[in-house]
Amino acid sequence: MKRTALTALLSHWRRHKLQAVTLVVGLALATGLWTGVQAINAQARLSYDEAAATLTRDDLPRLTGPITLADFSRARVDGWSVTPFIEANIPGTDLRLLGIDPFSSPPGGGVPNLSGAGDLTAFLSGDLVYAAPDLAATAPGLLPSIQPLDDLAPGRVVSDVAAALAILERDNLDALLVLPGREGVTPLTELIPGTRLQPPRAEDDLGRLTDSFHLNLTAFGLLSFAVGLFIVQAAIGLAFEQRRPLFRTMRALGVPGRTLITLVAAELAIITLIAGTVGVLLGYGVAAALLPGVAATLGGLYGASVAGGLTLSPIWWLWGFVMAGLGALLAGGQSLWALSKMPVLAAAMPRAWLRARRVSLRRLGFAGLGLLGASAILLWTGSGLLIGFAGLGALLIGAALLLPPIFAWLLDRGTALSRSPLGQWLWADTRQQLPGLSLALMALLLALATNIGVGTMVGSFRATFVGWLDQRLAAELYLTARDASQAAALRAYLEPRTEAVLPILATEAQVAGLPGDIFAQPDHDTFRDNWPLIAALPDAWDRLASGDGALLNEQTARREDIWPGQRVNLGEVGEVEVLGVYSDYGNPRGQAILTLSLFTSLFPEIPERRYAIRVDPSQLEALRDDIATRFDLPPDGIVDQAGIKSFSLQVFERTFAVTAALNILTLGVAAFALWASLTTLGTMRLPQVAPVWAMGLTRGRLAAMELLRAALLAGLTALLAVPLGVALAWTLLAVINVQAFGWRLPLLAQPVDWLILSAFALVAAILAALTPALRLWRMPPARLVQVFSHER
Amino acid sequence: MLLKVRNVEKSFQTADGPQPVLRGISLDLAAGETLALTGESGSGKSTLLHLIAGLDTPDAGQIEIDGHEIGTLSDKRRAALRRERVGLIFQQFNLIPSLNVADNLTFHARLAGRTANAAALAESLGLLDHLTRYPEQLSGGQQQRVAIGRAMAMGPGLILADEPTGNLDEATADAMIAVLSEAVRVTGAGLLMVTHSERLARAMDRRLHLAAGRLKSPAESATPVRIVQ
Amino acid sequence: MNVDYIVKVLVAAVALLWSGGSQAQGFAGLGQGGEGFPLPQPDPTFMFPADHGAHPDYRIEWWYLTAALTGEDGRDYGVQWTLFRSALTPDGPQVWMGHFGLTTPDEHLSGERLARDGIAQAGVRADPFRAWIDEWSLEGDTFDSLSLRAATPTAGYDLSFEAKGPLVFHGENGFSVKSASGQASYYYSQPFYDVSGTLQLPDGPIPVTGQGWLDREWSSQPLEEDQEGWDWFSIHLEDGHRLMAFQLRGGAPFTYASWIAPDGTLTPYYGDDVVLTPLATETVAGRDVPVRWQLVLPSQRLDLTVGAVNAQSWQPTIFPYWEGPVRVTGSHVGRGYLEMTGYE
Repeated sequence: MKRTALTALLSHWRRHKLQAVTLVVGLALATGLWTGVQAINAQARLSYDEAAATLTRDDLPRLTGPITLADFSRARVDGWSVTPFIEANIPGTDLRLLGIDPFSSPPGGGVPNLSGAGDLTAFLSGDLVYAAPDLAATAPGLLPSIQPLDDLAPGRVVSDVAAALAILERDNLDALLVLPGREGVTPLTELIPGTRLQPPRAEDDLGRLTDSFHLNLTAFGLLSFAVGLFIVQAAIGLAFEQRRPLFRTMRALGVPGRTLITLVAAELAIITLIAGTVGVLLGYGVAAALLPGVAATLGGLYGASVAGGLTLSPIWWLWGFVMAGLGALLAGGQSLWALSKMPVLAAAMPRAWLRARRVSLRRLGFAGLGLLGASAILLWTGSGLLIGFAGLGALLIGAALLLPPIFAWLLDRGTALSRSPLGQWLWADTRQQLPGLSLALMALLLALATNIGVGTMVGSFRATFVGWLDQRLAAELYLTARDASQAAALRAYLEPRTEAVLPILATEAQVAGLPGDIFAQPDHDTFRDNWPLIAALPDAWDRLASGDGALLNEQTARREDIWPGQRVNLGEVGEVEVLGVYSDYGNPRGQAILTLSLFTSLFPEIPERRYAIRVDPSQLEALRDDIATRFDLPPDGIVDQAGIKSFSLQVFERTFAVTAALNILTLGVAAFALWASLTTLGTMRLPQVAPVWAMGLTRGRLAAMELLRAALLAGLTALLAVPLGVALAWTLLAVINVQAFGWRLPLLAQPVDWLILSAFALVAAILAALTPALRLWRMPPARLVQVFSHER
Repeated sequence: MLLKVRNVEKSFQTADGPQPVLRGISLDLAAGETLALTGESGSGKSTLLHLIAGLDTPDAGQIEIDGHEIGTLSDKRRAALRRERVGLIFQQFNLIPSLNVADNLTFHARLAGRTANAAALAESLGLLDHLTRYPEQLSGGQQQRVAIGRAMAMGPGLILADEPTGNLDEATADAMIAVLSEAVRVTGAGLLMVTHSERLARAMDRRLHLAAGRLKSPAESATPVRIVQ
Repeated sequence: MNVDYIVKVLVAAVALLWSGGSQAQGFAGLGQGGEGFPLPQPDPTFMFPADHGAHPDYRIEWWYLTAALTGEDGRDYGVQWTLFRSALTPDGPQVWMGHFGLTTPDEHLSGERLARDGIAQAGVRADPFRAWIDEWSLEGDTFDSLSLRAATPTAGYDLSFEAKGPLVFHGENGFSVKSASGQASYYYSQPFYDVSGTLQLPDGPIPVTGQGWLDREWSSQPLEEDQEGWDWFSIHLEDGHRLMAFQLRGGAPFTYASWIAPDGTLTPYYGDDVVLTPLATETVAGRDVPVRWQLVLPSQRLDLTVGAVNAQSWQPTIFPYWEGPVRVTGSHVGRGYLEMTGYE
């Protein structure tokens, strides 16, 4: 019996292939986007974990200062378990070179079955470096032969430490990492004079920063999942309604209700299995496609190294299926519930269902308003990243729930105000279709709003960031000397040749009780005119120059809620008054600025090594070259403003490339949902269209009206999406960003982007309506006539 | 002549090859005249009605309405003819579910570019209390009245009714026919009604019987019986 | 991540280097070509102390020190310390590798170090003698009086070695043939060390005394490609004689022994004059390894049974092998060291 009954149930899908495709694709998309994002997260976390066993690990103490390979050797012979470490940009490129010593870095577990001694020879001789495959393909001439390594982060090059010194043309290592296990006879700082032993860098920073990035991604994943579920919910609900007569007949023929529910659940399980398989494969594809971007982002923004290749655990694959199952259950649960409540002789009336929906509009409205209220309360009064995201979720879902009632009202108004019969019919008929389309429209709304919101955020961020860079990097040239004596020579040389030589001094210190940095700033118009203060006392600059207070960076000000006029504890410096707060994007640490004279009196031991140079831009090139030939500055010793800016912007663009890709995907899913709903409705709506045709409207006209209707709906959705998107952007900029990064950005409207997106929504909707419209246009009159001759 | 049908043939494709449904039908209908078309289920009466309405095209023969040979008209012109000249009444009423009674009543008229007074129509049809209701909230008889009203409101030259009382009980059906006949009288339109009810057929001026794809004039159709309320 | 992986890859390459491309062969096993490297020539003339130092022209070289010891507690102990040098190419980089072994009857402790050449992190100086890698060192004013210091996080030793006899030269005056087709190395030993000092064991320090043996060998192409591995014995007999024997397994097996009189006079034996027979195997690190041997030298009426002090003397280094102290019974009594490579 069960087999017969299941066959009967499944036969529905054979007859409604489109519905079956919609369901599977919807569920697969939901699962795919979610698992894809999870795969990215998992890969990144795996990389962080593995990084703990590698050279770049920040959890090891490190010896810094002038250290040569000979010093390294002496430390080893003295008994220290140290390993040399260089990490720097290869001059003239954005490649990150990592120099290692394969013999002293702690080898990991199993030894892979690999290559020949030839590679080792080449590696040690500097004839071979390792890099991610993309770089290997476009090897620049400055590197020797490149061995591609799949799981290496993009843009990263690994070479032998001696080879790295040669490539970078320097003698000094960056640091010796001190491995645990054994200690030498002589303290390291005595053994190698002029060095400093730094405690392990707090892993906290990286963890916290990347956490917020991953939370962001996860939120996106969940959103995509939700958008996908809208499709699934629509498809399953429809299939259920269409099969009501079938359920009734089967019950009447003696299939027990419980059995029927089991069978429908089994059917869901089968669908889950198929969709889950497609979904995880899709997720793998998404992750594989996006991972290099994510790796670049994490590398560029946080210095976190993430492998460019995917290695996924079986658990991850399993999770894909679990998510697909959860999704199917979530979307199908309502139908199962209805089925269990359905009396044997329930009227098989889809109409009644539609009417029941109308009643629930009011309930949707209340739920939506409730969620919006909750969101407002969370965002205004709550604190913490999770609360921020919860508020964001409530905002989005609340707005989505409000869509059907708002549309119903708008369309009713449209019907009432419309004069022409066709216009009236268009409004009224659209209103009639609303229940069947609202899920897809909600998905479209969410996708559009996310796009608008994130786009606005990125746009605001970009504009502010560029402006900030211009202010912050006011000097034309930045120089770093090797030591104090070279610095003095440099200064003596520069002073007659430039407009200003502004020393930059800094020391690590406690800022408001947390590890941070204190910078020294000379009193100069460069800073008075350009420094990006977001809040300040009226005489801030004069008081700063007289040593009567400090400037504080925005992150610290927000975190500790210390603003101009209040006092901040700067560790050894003591309590000082905050004269102004400046924006300091991209810096997770606390920072304060003292005037130079005060700084040097407080920290006389800190040597002057860095300078910001003001010079006529037309002389910049010549000065640069002259400095390069006269002074043996360290490789990063000469940096011009343009170079820093382009590097910073590049990092910035990469950061949001992944977000943009996910955005587009989400929008695509929503468009698919709309297409599926319109196409399904198209077949169901024949009885409503045929009479109008019979009364003298051509099929072409009717098809055009279908397109018009889709455009109308999409237009209305876009209209709702703009304010929602702006609310989303505000939340991201004013709540999430402050929580995640500690800085707040002004919201800059991007009306052109919004128009473009709205246009995209219209085009997407028209494309989505194209199939059903074309079908109507080409429909043989006999099909339409059937509506009238159909025997009941 | 309002309607002229000459030698119309129509076949449908079936699994066993083309199945002739109409094998040379000819008939005339004058303005103000009512004609009943009877026949067994599947005899092709609805098909003939759809052909006359221009919803479908014949394989052979001519159909003229007001002297326009509809087979030679474009899809667009045919649609215009339907919009402006032909009132259609279906067995399943086929109202626009998204519009209320008032809008449904005037819908066709307004499509044809004419004005119609929904209230007056509703009053004549006994629907005055239901003007703001939606089709799904009406009984079958009420819905069919709306459908008749819709056809009347556009001032048709030709009213085509396909089993207009098929879904109604006998008393309601009689009332409906009375309304319809009155409408014909008032508008001066011709009425072609497909029915399998002998009783209703007798209420028409003339009767034609369709069997095996050909028309016959039954002897008893000679004397029309008027049903007047 | 990546760096970890690269280190693994390179370390694997190091393993390959020492094993000569086939995991089965011994350290000496540079089976494939020594192109560009000089080959050992017969009738060598050694120059001391210079020859105690490194010979970077040759592909591979080692300073191989073993000591069979007895603790104050009466138990047997064994100590191994080896410094390997390998030239990757004739003019290219050189790599140093140090091995640490400390064996007790129920424990085997090991350690390993790697270093590049050219930055003095590892090397060998002939006069005064010093061989070192990181903080591990073997040094002394002369080759006859050395002190050895090395430690791992769990164990260590501090021993002094006093030579009570001359250097001995294996094969034909230090030209040691390793196969029928003529692969050879330069090979001499100091087998007469008296050893004393302290072992640092996980349970605490223990004073020890015993006898030590230092092998010096360098070459560029000592093994045949089909030779699987080798078994090497160094034995101190109670009557003052010393015995070194080895066999290279696989292909055409090659057997050799040096019979060393207490005054240092050395008699070489080849082929059937030396008979090495495994008597019992044990599972060590997942493979069957012979840990009891019969060693027969008929012309000296020698018939010895050699048994491991600790059958699990496994060196789990990048290139793994068995190396541990042995007790000798039979026609003579004594003790020594056994090394076995190439057991899969």
